[in-house]
Order: sequence, then structure tokens, then C-alpha cells
Amino acid sequence: MLVCIALGVLARLALVRHPAAACVLGVMAVAACGAGLLKLAREEGFLARLLCPMLFGLAILWLWEMAVVGLSVPFILLPPPSAIALALWNNAGILAGDFDQTFLHAVLAGYAVGSGAGFLTALAIDRSRFLRAGLTPLANMVSAMPVVGIAPIAIEWFGFDWPSKAAVVALMTFFPMLVNTAAGLAEAGAMERDLMRSYGASYWRTLVKLRLPAALPMIFNALKLNSTLALIGAVVAEFFGTPTRGMGFRISTESARMNLDIVWATITVAALAGSLSFGLIALLEQRVTFWHSSFHKRT
Amino acid sequence: MTDFARARVLPVGAVLAVLLMGWYVAAYFLNAPQAEALMDPDGPQGFWAVARAVWSMDRPVLPTPDQIAGNLYDSIFNYPITSPRNFLLQTFYTAQTAVAGLALGGVFGVGLAACIVHSRVLDRSVMPWVIGSQTIPILAIAPMVMVALGNIGFTGLGPKAAIVGYLSFFPITVGMVKGFRSPEPMQLDLMRTYNASGVQVFMKLRWPVSMAFLFPALKVAVALSVTGAIVAELPTGATVGLGARLLAGSYYGQVFMMWGALVLASVLSLTLIGVVRAAEFSFFRARGGKP
Repeated sequence: MLVCIALGVLARLALVRHPAAACVLGVMAVAACGAGLLKLAREEGFLARLLCPMLFGLAILWLWEMAVVGLSVPFILLPPPSAIALALWNNAGILAGDFDQTFLHAVLAGYAVGSGAGFLTALAIDRSRFLRAGLTPLANMVSAMPVVGIAPIAIEWFGFDWPSKAAVVALMTFFPMLVNTAAGLAEAGAMERDLMRSYGASYWRTLVKLRLPAALPMIFNALKLNSTLALIGAVVAEFFGTPTRGMGFRISTESARMNLDIVWATITVAALAGSLSFGLIALLEQRVTFWHSSFHKRT
Repeated sequence: MTDFARARVLPVGAVLAVLLMGWYVAAYFLNAPQAEALMDPDGPQGFWAVARAVWSMDRPVLPTPDQIAGNLYDSIFNYPITSPRNFLLQTFYTAQTAVAGLALGGVFGVGLAACIVHSRVLDRSVMPWVIGSQTIPILAIAPMVMVALGNIGFTGLGPKAAIVGYLSFFPITVGMVKGFRSPEPMQLDLMRTYNASGVQVFMKLRWPVSMAFLFPALKVAVALSVTGAIVAELPTGATVGLGARLLAGSYYGQVFMMWGALVLASVLSLTLIGVVRAAEFSFFRARGGKP
């Protein structure tokens, strides 16, 4: 793997002055990378499982860099990764401001309100069979709708700043949470419920001790789904209008001004934020619902 | 049928009725301040006068459902089908983008899934990225792709379909990898005793079995594809499609334009899902299985 990286770096360095040498080195690097991947794929163990996709990701980045620089692809079409990294470094201040506006304000507030309201509504309608039968198909239907379209209306109601984006995010995350929590509360089997009844447990006690724990895997499903939805909702809502900061604003204005390296840098930030929040929730899920069958070691 | 009516239609209808009533009430309270300011001071006063003014405003904060429906009816039937003001035409453009992108993403997604199932290297190196990419707000790149492709003279349906395809291929790939892997070891062993080739195993076992996974994945992809098509129509310069109408309505404060586009986008999404569901139903019926 190190050989492969070294060859790749050399090929990139040689690309501008000595294209022929770069070609030879590049072919060698690809061969080394392929051999490395083949070897890693056969090995078991945590490290191999981690290194394999990493090597592949690096190879893709490298191919991207080589192709863009080597074939002199116009900058406005696709900037090389090195330029994106540079833009990330140079515009750190602006990007941090966008992150604050979009993620720390719109996404987090909307996510908390939407998921929380969805959860509470699910608890409320759970007590009535009639309401559940009436609301579940509707919630399923709304989940399939392009809710982002509500963004311009939200802007009209809540103003240009982040509350309107948070409102869109809240609406987008509400229905998946409602549907999943409602389904999760139905998870607990009749036998367990009967047992709780024979203990003389009250509704609330049954809820806290049996039904909520049983619903947790579904709730975490919704939380994970929502973390992606929330970011998409906030960014797309900003395409419709925002004060002069925010990730969606940056992407739409800078792509109109052909500063594609900043656009890509913003996307990198968004991707990192999305993956990290998803990873955090997944980690929490693993801790909290360790008993669920999907976490059992495969034998 | 009566059971179905009692279990489904009644509760859904009741909830819908409550929602509609709530909508009118909300419209009253949201619009009342503006409506009262506009009212003729010498005209009739009181609750019903305000209500009538509120529910028939030209630029309400929250339009009532009948106003939205009336405007949609007007747009669809009182303008020629070729007029850009006709919402049906705009919906057609969006549907075109969504379906073309879905086809693109479907073919690519199924192909990638087939490759992943048959190659350990791809499985180990690509699959984590496919799963990881679902956590990334891919929709954010839409305007950039549009601008970049537009710069090299690539406009119209192609770039929009590319965005939709890019969005919709992830759920299909993930679902189909699961589907292609779902035959049990016993069934695979049976194929081996028949001396079936890899292609035969794929065509006669893996492909039919994976259908149970294809349709749910398609439903997710459809919902994403309509959202994707709308977002692809947002960037400056786009003039056709529901997304463009949404943006134009937002710029010029045309409340009914926004709501109309929103309603039709939802109808489009639900229609496409209905088509997938019908295909699923007839497919499993033809196979003799339970729908």
C-alpha cells in the first residue's frame, strides 16, 4: 500500500514536466493499487476491512487528480482535489460561518423540533387505534412527497434567516419519526405485554420498561434517516433565499460565479458533517440497542 | 369491503376532515390581520365578513384548499396546454426528468449491484462508499452539476436526468445487493449440483429472488427522484418544470404559483409510487405469489 501511495505521489509530481514518465509511474501505481486491493479483500480482520475502502477512496481521488490535471479538464467543469483542499484551507473562516448558520442553527434546531414532535405525536396517537389507523397512511404518503418544496412558503412565513430553514427541516423530519416510532411501539409482542399486565404494570410503566426499549431500533432508524434529510432540507431551502451566509447560499452563488473549488470545499464540509452526525448516531445506537439481532456477531 | 371501509377509509377520512377544518381555521387567523386592513370600513363587519375576505384574498399568507384547487383548475383548463402558465405542462417536464433519471439510476444501480455481488474486491472497496454516500447531502451538488454541464454546452433534459439518476441509484444499489445475496445457501448449492454457470445462477435464481427487494428500493428512489428533479430545476436559467415555477413564485410573491407547484409535485410523486406499486402487484400476481 505504501508502495502504491509513493508511486502515485511521484506520478503526480512528474505529471507537469514529464508526461511520459508520469504515464509509466501511473500505470505502476494502478497495478500496485489493484494488487493491494486484491490482497486486502482476501484478508479478514478489522484493519483490512478499514484499509480496503480507504485505499479505494484514495485511488479514486488520485485518478481524479491525474485525469483533471493530465487531460487539462477546464477548471469550471471539475477542479482537481488539490485545488479543493487549498480552497478548504484558504476559506476556512467563511466555511466555518456557513457551517454555523446552516448546521448549528437550522439543522440542529429543525432536527430536534421535528424528531421530538414526531416522537411525541407517535406516543399520543398510540393510545387511540382510530387515530393510528387514520394518521399512518397519511404520514406514509407525506414521507413520499417532495417536502423540500415547502421552502419558499416557509421563507414567506418565517423570514429569510435560519428559522425558515429550521421549519423546513422540522417538517421533513417529523413524518419519518412519526411513522417509525408508531411502528416501533407496535414491536413489543403480545406475550410480553401480557406478562406486563400480569405484573399489574400501569400503561406508563409498560411504555417505559417494555415498549420504548422495543421501539428503540426503529427510532434510531428514523434518527439516522433524519440526519441526512435534515442537512439536505437546510441546504436546499437556502437555495430559495437566505442572508449572505450558509452552505446552500455558498453553493448556489459560488457555482454561478464559477468558483467551483469553493463549492466543492463546501460540499466536503457538508459531507463531513453528514457522515459524522450519522456516525455519532450509529455509535449511540450500538451502545443503546446492543441487544438487537442486527448487532450480533455473525457466526 | 365494509371491513376495509371501517378499518381504513373511516379513520383516514376523519383525520383528513379534521386537517381540512384546521387548515381553514389557521387560514383565518393567519390572514385576518391583512384582510381586516384591506376591508371596506363602510361595508359589512363582523365574523362572517372577515371570514369571507380572509378566504378569498389575492395574496394570502395561507391560501385555503379551495383557492389552491381553483387556481390549479384555472391554470390547467383555461390556458392552452402549450402555455408555460399551464401547470400540466410544467408537471410533464418534471415527470420527464424524474422518469428519465430513474431509468438511468435504475440501470446503473442494478448493474453496480450485480458487479458488487460477483466481485469480492468491489464489495470490500466500493460498498462502504455506497453506504457512506447516503449520509452525504448529495442534493447539494445539483446546482453545481447544472452549471458545470451547462458550461460545456450540455443543457436540457440530460444534466437534470443525470442528477436524478445520481440521487436514485444509491437506494437501488443497496437494495439490490441485498436482494442478489438473498438466495439461501441451499438454493445456491442446488444450482451448483445442476452445474449452472454464473450467468445461469444470476438469471434463474438471483434475479427472480431479488425482485422482492427491487420494488421497495424503487419506491424510495421514486420519492427521491421527484425531489431531485425539482432541485435540478432550481438553478438560475432554468425556465421549465415545477421547480422553476416554485422559484419564480418565491421571487415574485405568487402564493398560488408556489402552492400549485407543491401540490402537483406531491401528486406526481404519489402517482409514480402508485405505478411502482401496481407493477409490483401485477408482477407478484403473475408469479402466483401473494401480493
